Amino acid sequence: MNRPTETSEKKLTRRDVLKMAGIGGVGLLVGAGGMRALFPQATQAEPASSGAASKSGSIPFYGKNQAGIVTPMQDFISMAAFNLTTTSLVDVRKLFQSWTLASARLTAGQPVDDEIDNPHLPPIDTGESMGLAAMKLTITFGVGASFFDDRFGLASKRPAPLVDLPRFNSDEINPDWSDGDIVVQVCADDPQVAFHAMRNLARIARGKAVLHWMQEGFQRTALADPSGSTPRNLLGFKDGTNNPVASEPQLADEIVWANSAESPAWMAGGSYMAMRRIRMRIEVWDRSSLTDQEATFGRHRDSGAPLGKSGEFDDLELDRKDHKDKPLIAPDSHVALAHMDGKVKILRRSYSYSNGMDVKTGQINAGLLFICFNRDPRTQFIPMQQKLAAADKLNEYITHVGSGLYACLPGASEGGYIGDTLL
Amino acid sequence: MQKQWGYPLAAIVLSSSLVFTGCGSNESKTTAEVKPEAAQPEQTTAASTSPELEAAIADYHKWVIEQTDLFVKATEGFTQSVKAGDIEEAKKQYAPARMYFERIEPIAESLGDFDPWIDAREGDVPAEEWRGYHRLEKALWEEKSVEGQDKIADQLLQDVKQLRVKVESVEIDPLMLVTGAVELLNEVSSSKVTGEEERYSHTDLYDFAANVQGANEIFKVLQSTVANKDPELAKEIEDRFQELDQALVPYKKEQEYVLYTDLTEPEIKKLSQALDALAEPLSKMGTILGG
Repeated sequence: MNRPTETSEKKLTRRDVLKMAGIGGVGLLVGAGGMRALFPQATQAEPASSGAASKSGSIPFYGKNQAGIVTPMQDFISMAAFNLTTTSLVDVRKLFQSWTLASARLTAGQPVDDEIDNPHLPPIDTGESMGLAAMKLTITFGVGASFFDDRFGLASKRPAPLVDLPRFNSDEINPDWSDGDIVVQVCADDPQVAFHAMRNLARIARGKAVLHWMQEGFQRTALADPSGSTPRNLLGFKDGTNNPVASEPQLADEIVWANSAESPAWMAGGSYMAMRRIRMRIEVWDRSSLTDQEATFGRHRDSGAPLGKSGEFDDLELDRKDHKDKPLIAPDSHVALAHMDGKVKILRRSYSYSNGMDVKTGQINAGLLFICFNRDPRTQFIPMQQKLAAADKLNEYITHVGSGLYACLPGASEGGYIGDTLL
Repeated sequence: MQKQWGYPLAAIVLSSSLVFTGCGSNESKTTAEVKPEAAQPEQTTAASTSPELEAAIADYHKWVIEQTDLFVKATEGFTQSVKAGDIEEAKKQYAPARMYFERIEPIAESLGDFDPWIDAREGDVPAEEWRGYHRLEKALWEEKSVEGQDKIADQLLQDVKQLRVKVESVEIDPLMLVTGAVELLNEVSSSKVTGEEERYSHTDLYDFAANVQGANEIFKVLQSTVANKDPELAKEIEDRFQELDQALVPYKKEQEYVLYTDLTEPEIKKLSQALDALAEPLSKMGTILGG
């Protein structure tokens, strides 16, 4: 990752890279260095920019890969899983065709389709994004393991990396917030634009697929932090310092995109997304001392620096000892475990969520909608999560309550549709 | 009837104008006000002059009259049981009798105050004006006594008989048919699927089934017209009706539906989503009214 600066990198501001790193609670991420290679003076503020988006703020929908994966993180997410109610493969194909056409229009800042001039009909578009810009809207589709069951005759096409996730230590997974035949990730720099897209996609699906779960999420916006520093999770810590720089094609190939070594040909250009709904025990965290909080993460809260260091991007140097000859950064701290000896990397793209009050306890129902992309979860996400689930100090304050693994489909070219290599 | 508190759900799920038509507590007034605006005069005229649509309306009118005849009969039986103090028999007759009304509800709503008279729930109208089926429902299931309910029973039968008279000459236009079908499903979405319609008897599934049957009857008379204009739409609506029927099968034993309180949350969700799957294409039937 000490490659010299390339042209592709010039298009990205530091903020974009940081946004790519994402907020994300449980820093399941490793591979430092990239940030510093790109931005040696990482503390200097730079103005925000639209990054890969066009001047009008739109990100092209068609392409080799789907947008919304290595795209710098937008400010908001609306995410949902659908279950198919149809048992006809023809209908499934039709659904993806309709979704593709709609998504291409929506991401360009257009209504879902042209209106028909008949006042006796409900409007074609639901209208709440009328006059709004595209706001870097991306729509990303994936399919879960159940998509390959016996309903559609696709069992033989199930990719080997799309395994059933194992049960991780202390998981309290609620099936209502997990899995699903299809996942749709909608991201945008405006919550109404994101909601509008998801709503219209759900409307298109009616009769073929039903919502299984839906969750909205946020991170701090560009307006609130023009300098684009590393975002903080809801536990108050900087999160995403070590996310790989996915704009580097070679790195993305290595970490993110499906490879023919493990994946079927129809997945070329696709990726695997792991989703974990992680409830944070906010009230418990709030009564922990600063020392405990910092020991839990292995970093200083204010600076984000590794314990005993001053710069956010300083090397962890996990072998450092304190005066009692104990590791300065505890081996069961979040950052130490997630480091995975620097060998395992995933691309995180998580958002915080708040669902108001937990009616049972009267506490705040908030946490992290953890999303990551990887080339093969069997060697990336799963071993990393196993390690964290087994020992992470942070587990005292978080509970994984929803879970899903999805094969994010390759991108489509104009005239084709998302899923056309599979269906 | 479409109750005010049921309206936000329907508004999210279903098309706007249809929902707004029914969001007031005074149904007839709201409908009358909205209609001239919603119906573009030249289009409605063009549509209503088509012999095909006229025949459809005639068929539907005939069916509405039949249903109302049966409603009068069933209400006679029900009110007799109430007046005889036969609580068990009255409870048995209650939900099946109401189904006739639920099938033709949009028509009843277009005829004045019949809906609040016959079908108001507690709180829909001022307490002193509350009467009709749901008043007796409360007496039967909650108060477990029909003492003093004779007047309510007599009034109910009188209201229903008067409805029968009015139905004879009701003016039905194509727009009423098209919107009525979706309105019936909005009813289900907003109150039946939430278990709010039959808060004491929990016989919501009877109303659910009846509303859907009423919508299906409208679709049947319009089916060929829809098919001429958009064969794919006609096929889709037909399929979704079948799917919804299938979804209700597990909850029906002979002529009886299970109580709402016996449904699990996932079962309710499934029924609700099957209903939305039907209501979405059904809301596009307006395509036959030109444009």
